[in-house]
Amino acid sequence: MKITVCIGSSCHIKGSRLVAQQLQELIAKHNLDDKVELCGTFCMGKCQQGVCVTVDDNFFSVKPESVDEFFATNVIANL
Amino acid sequence: MVKFDTKVQELKYKVLREVAKEAWNGTLLSNVLKIPKKISSETPVARCCIYKEHAILGERVKLAMGGDSNNPNIIEIIDIACDECPTAGYEVTDLCRGCLAHHCESSCKKGAITFDENHTAHIDKSKCVNCGLCATVCPFSAIVNRKRPCQTACAIKAISIDETNCASIDNDKCTQCGACVYRCPFGAITDKSFILNAIDLLKHSDNNQNYKVYALIAPAISSQFKHAKLGQVVAGIKKLGFYTVVEAALGADMVAHAESRELAEKGFLTSSCCPAFVTYVKTAFPDLIPYVSHNLSPMATIAKYIKETTENAKIVFIGPCTAKKAEIQLETVKPYIDVAITFEELQALFDSRDIDITTLEEDVLDNASFFGRIFARSGGLSEAVAEGLKEQNLEFDLNPIACDGLDACRMALLKKSKNVLNANFIEGMACVGGCIGGAGCITHGEKNKADVDKYGKLAMEKTITDAISVLK
Repeated sequence: MKITVCIGSSCHIKGSRLVAQQLQELIAKHNLDDKVELCGTFCMGKCQQGVCVTVDDNFFSVKPESVDEFFATNVIANL
Repeated sequence: MVKFDTKVQELKYKVLREVAKEAWNGTLLSNVLKIPKKISSETPVARCCIYKEHAILGERVKLAMGGDSNNPNIIEIIDIACDECPTAGYEVTDLCRGCLAHHCESSCKKGAITFDENHTAHIDKSKCVNCGLCATVCPFSAIVNRKRPCQTACAIKAISIDETNCASIDNDKCTQCGACVYRCPFGAITDKSFILNAIDLLKHSDNNQNYKVYALIAPAISSQFKHAKLGQVVAGIKKLGFYTVVEAALGADMVAHAESRELAEKGFLTSSCCPAFVTYVKTAFPDLIPYVSHNLSPMATIAKYIKETTENAKIVFIGPCTAKKAEIQLETVKPYIDVAITFEELQALFDSRDIDITTLEEDVLDNASFFGRIFARSGGLSEAVAEGLKEQNLEFDLNPIACDGLDACRMALLKKSKNVLNANFIEGMACVGGCIGGAGCITHGEKNKADVDKYGKLAMEKTITDAISVLK
């Protein structure tokens, strides 16, 4: 599974660093390093909906405070 | 309203703008010969006749279209534009009042000063060594140094005068820093432009459907486009058709992080950010090559990240630098950057599409930290390396020397080659003031350094570690 977090300017201002950091921690906490790949990209073209995150090809709008919930529903549940 | 430092820049900009306009319309081939007449004024501005001005403009059009492909140097001389400035060296002018004191005579250690029956001083050229002492002591400023501005600008003496009395560049020595480009009062020395490649890239992307075109902008941009807000510049770049805009300063954060580690490991290092500085070390101080940091430049570092994480990305670097146009031709950098253009050329692109950036809504730009952003001015890189050492808890007693201008770089490198340099890190920047002094800048103002620092402080991320933590 590949999670991509937008680190372009618009998402960055909306907290993409916090989203990416929490995801990193969650991946480590659940020992998913070999199953989940986390990476960044500059702009997904949906700046209004930031922070933009994709899991494989599915798009999600994630806020720093909703990372736990996003991770449980869209990452853990689909592994 | 955009204001260039000089009329030479303004003329160059007009040529670029017209070439770009025709290129967007797909009419360049049929209209290229009409461009000189379109730009030229009705009476000659700086030449003997309108026909010579047209001929020179024709040469400028060629350079705007990429210049002479047989000449590997980015910097080219337009021979018919070279005004063959005087090269006589020190001369006494008619301001000499034939005084009693004769400071000039007593200051001259070579006995080169004599006086005629009108008490006027003369310099014996066979004895004069061009030290300039007489000129500094004359109370009437009557002694001048007739030297070509291009030769004065070139700190590494890569410019000579050829048999036709025209300036000539030694490509083996030239670092392509562009100092002569900015200094030649007749605009006879110019950097090749690759705006046509940028326009082609944007046109063929079909609105970023075929591939995505990224604009990578150098932090020195914060000192440019003063008639507008930086957010409006970003909006303008997107309006030109770029997919998004990324700060090269984030690459600078990555470099600062890696370079501080490398420094702590090796004990001595020179920076590798400035391509003209690196070329200078390679050509003039080959023994010091092992000390040059192994990092790619910030531009190449962040571009590498983008290309490795994004399929189908094309990258255009927009900066203050002529030497970057040469850097992207290096085998190590070639895969990451597709085109490099300057701020001057960006302005021409805006106006070729009638984009008035002052009317645009501000877009956002925030990728890098304060430290990555201040790479744009002299001393910034050293501060960033100090911060990198601190953030990574590396035990190293940093003693940097920030050199701006190739003169200052030469002094430090010379001392290092003799093992008498009292520093363990050389920050080498070929342009005076750092990148904000680059030849591709629209303006070179006193406030530029303050503008860079102000932009640095606006960065959301306060540390290098935080700025690069997203890059996984």
